[in-house]
Amino acid sequence: MSTITRPRRSRLHRKEHQAALAFVAIPVIGFLLFTLFPLLFSVYASFTNWNGISAPVFKGLDNYTKMFGDRYFLKSLWNTLYMMIGIPIGLVISLALALAMNRKMRGTTFFRTVYYLPVISSIAAVAILWQWAFNGDFGLINQGLALVGIDGPNWLQDTATVKPALIIMAVWKGLGYSMLLYLAALQSVPRYLYEAAALDGATAWQQFRHITVPMVAPVTFFLIVTSVIGGSQIFVEINIMTPTGGPEFESASIVWYIWQKAFDNLQMGYASAMSVVLGLLVFVITFIQFRLNRRNQFSID
Amino acid sequence: MSAQNVITTPPLEPSQEIPGGPGDGKPAGRARGGRSSRSATETLRLGNILTTLILSVGAIVMIAPLAWTFSTSLKTKDGVFELPPQWIPDPFVWENYARIWTAGPLLTGIQNSLIVACSVTIVGSLASALAAFAFAKMRMPFKNVLFLGLLSGLMIPFPTLMIPQFTIFASIGWVDTLLPLIVPGLFGNIIMIFFLRQFLNSIPDSIVEAARIDGASYLQIFWTLILPAIRPALAAQFILWFMAMWNDYLAPIIYLNSPGTQTLQLVIANFNAQYAIQTDYPLIMAASFVALLPVLVVFVVFQRQIIESIALSGSKG
Repeated sequence: MSTITRPRRSRLHRKEHQAALAFVAIPVIGFLLFTLFPLLFSVYASFTNWNGISAPVFKGLDNYTKMFGDRYFLKSLWNTLYMMIGIPIGLVISLALALAMNRKMRGTTFFRTVYYLPVISSIAAVAILWQWAFNGDFGLINQGLALVGIDGPNWLQDTATVKPALIIMAVWKGLGYSMLLYLAALQSVPRYLYEAAALDGATAWQQFRHITVPMVAPVTFFLIVTSVIGGSQIFVEINIMTPTGGPEFESASIVWYIWQKAFDNLQMGYASAMSVVLGLLVFVITFIQFRLNRRNQFSID
Repeated sequence: MSAQNVITTPPLEPSQEIPGGPGDGKPAGRARGGRSSRSATETLRLGNILTTLILSVGAIVMIAPLAWTFSTSLKTKDGVFELPPQWIPDPFVWENYARIWTAGPLLTGIQNSLIVACSVTIVGSLASALAAFAFAKMRMPFKNVLFLGLLSGLMIPFPTLMIPQFTIFASIGWVDTLLPLIVPGLFGNIIMIFFLRQFLNSIPDSIVEAARIDGASYLQIFWTLILPAIRPALAAQFILWFMAMWNDYLAPIIYLNSPGTQTLQLVIANFNAQYAIQTDYPLIMAASFVALLPVLVVFVVFQRQIIESIALSGSKG
């Protein structure tokens, strides 16, 4: 019996394997062509002097040593990190908003829609309208400040305010997304935890601190990782609102600088090296976050 | 991206629409113990009023820049500079919305954006759904290795890949065409595969096996069983992807330079650069508003699906 069924069965399996491989072939080929190959090529190009037209000339670590003496590179790296201040600010505000919307009352659906509108809006259009809102003389922000008697700066032309201006815009745009994820997390916290805590006489703050915050920790983790990855690639706002990298290069981000070096100055080898550093940075941050998260989870359990 | 810290999220809508009696609607994190139910009700009502007030102020802040854009788009060129500012334009200049179509390649921009977003999302969604089916329901050697390999691709930022991608497409003469924006997307989307696979895990394997015994081919099973089953997840992911493609800016700005090939987002950015010098802000704002509108409409129409799928995606990160 078994001698008859075994080959038949393996033929069926082979057929299934073939069909399955055919189904996953398309994304796998796409991955090889448009992710893996470019990645390897980027790493290779980062060791060369290359203008994108003639053949790359191998230069060893030249690009990397040059990078850390490049004032503009360091500045754009610093700017990119600086602008991530918006991430914790956004998380705190969005958690507060989610707590407010988690109440059973009228209008929460409406508020959710309104707060979510900036998230789905095109970043190009949003950058254009905020550029106008930050206009020193006629912008919405300064007119709002004038109401309370503050003479607002010329936001995007001032070295002191250009980064805060971009941060304000980023927080405004991202708030709805994190709020929504927090809201979903809050709604999955079992009610009995609060009831038990209340019976034990825990104050609202204690309940928040010891029940809510740990229970939404996975979402906080997810949001930090995705925002850091997104934040390290900030480009569109800068390209549109401060096309020259801002006053004294104050708003140039790392992707903006890579883009400028690669496609304006045709220093593709050097730009590749910077893009590899960016890729490594994103990888390391993600990795650290995963490690931290694992440790946190143990302490909760 | 481990699927271990999955927390199940109840659908947002129903739990909010439950008309809770005044007493039992205890807000999370704000519950106060040791009070009589009567004063608790009053505190609750007061709390609700206060919360609504704060949320309303916040909502005004959120909506103000968008409203200001619309208001500016209806002003005269000089009305923009009036102090104190007019929130309601006087007079209403609807001509701005007529002028934008001749002031720049806005119409071809919309066409190009539609071509890119539609072809990528339709073909790419099918490719992703097929792959998700294979990853979730079929036996295959190295299945998990392949899947993890694809997932690891998500960790690589696009800027790290854009320079080689550009030179590849330049070498085959595709620069300044829409093809570099379309072709990579046709191969599917890893995020979509991930969520569809997740969704398929909740569907029993026995359905597929039964269909196999009845003699259906895998492609038939995909069309008649899997595709209808994953439709809600597919639709939500489709809409999200469509909006992302519609709003994309970095890839278009790398590849497209002539006005005839530019996508809508590039066209409005050029409007901004070009007409700001002439201080024709109403024109810029009208064009930007037109660029915002389709996505806003899609969002308002499909709000429920979009919001639910996003809420789920976060909790499954």
